[in-house]
Amino acid sequence: MCRVVDLQQAVLAKNDATAHLLRTHLHTRGTTVVNLLSSPGSGKTALLEGELLRARERSVAVAALSADLATENDATRLARSGVPVKQVLTDGLCHLEAAMLAGHLDGWLPDDTRLLFVENVGNLVCPASYDLGETLRVVLASVTEGEDKPLKYPTAFGLAHLVMVTKTDIAEAVEFDERAFRANVERVNPGVEVVLTSARRGRGTGALLDRALAAAEGAPLHTPVMARRADAGHTHAHSGAAESGHTHAHTGAEGAGHAHVHTDAADAVAPAAPRS
Amino acid sequence: MHEMSVALAVIDQVETAAAQTPDVTAVRSVRLRVGELAGVVPDSLAFCFELACAGTLLEGAELVTEPVPGRARCTPCAHEWAVGMPPSLTCPECQGADVELISGRELRIADVRWEDGDPTLAATPVPIAEEC
Repeated sequence: MCRVVDLQQAVLAKNDATAHLLRTHLHTRGTTVVNLLSSPGSGKTALLEGELLRARERSVAVAALSADLATENDATRLARSGVPVKQVLTDGLCHLEAAMLAGHLDGWLPDDTRLLFVENVGNLVCPASYDLGETLRVVLASVTEGEDKPLKYPTAFGLAHLVMVTKTDIAEAVEFDERAFRANVERVNPGVEVVLTSARRGRGTGALLDRALAAAEGAPLHTPVMARRADAGHTHAHSGAAESGHTHAHTGAEGAGHAHVHTDAADAVAPAAPRS
Repeated sequence: MHEMSVALAVIDQVETAAAQTPDVTAVRSVRLRVGELAGVVPDSLAFCFELACAGTLLEGAELVTEPVPGRARCTPCAHEWAVGMPPSLTCPECQGADVELISGRELRIADVRWEDGDPTLAATPVPIAEEC
């Protein structure tokens, strides 16, 4: 007999639940995660190098995890700051997922870490959909990328708590139109802060560290419109889903007998980790 | 291109649901609701889905993606609008930023059509929307 069965499950519910668990776990041990997203070559590593050095000067216990498809080049650069650094090679996968991050932190992340910076795979499409358990999501764009970048990648920019413009030392040479860029950011994420930086000139160095420390201390964060959801179809940045997410992270993974009848999307069960 | 990850997650969820229902022999179709701001390309997802279904209970199943337009509502002035692509998330009426997204980020399995051999299934707690 052929039947239509109403499932009503959020496809990324498993990742969201894992991310929530990770955020709670890290918060309990005093660690706050900052997730850095940008296109390849936007300057995530250069920006981070400056922030890690500044953190060391200020005796803030930080660590960094850098994800790339291949090479340990970024970790080598970041390790020069002297803080704990880990390189994750995704073997071609275009994004990190919460379960992957949790696996890499296990047994590596020093106990006293106050801030963990995660340099996501250089990509503005896929990483945008995956909550990693971060408290602060930062999206970077360099002045060479065009003022319409936020419009081309609205989900990435639309979910950012903070937008950073990099390489402003060459802004004039490439005729970067700051006003147009800011207007485009405002269109997809009204009210989000935009910080101008230049790793080469030291402009804005420490701004990310300041924002991350404020977030770690519980300062109110910008809430992007895209994260203010009337429906609960996807629990990213949806603190209301907290308790149910916790419960289902276990029951769902074990395939317990209640995969049906989830009218509340935030409670949706998503078994087994997605991989590609 | 995370559509393969998404396809595998869909297959996994459908297989788990099927495993909890007696005698599901094949899955004919899966209907997904995909918001225009979900960051998923339906064609790419369909391609990945077909590949990833091979050798599973879902082999040969059709993936039906139902697009969901993005809509937002201004909290102070209650104006509602289609956000478009790229989206405009500032209220076009009052220019306010206290805005809520009503729809557009969905990435959900709505329902599944499958073959099962148990005519008493309707008596179980599994919700059945309709027979086909």
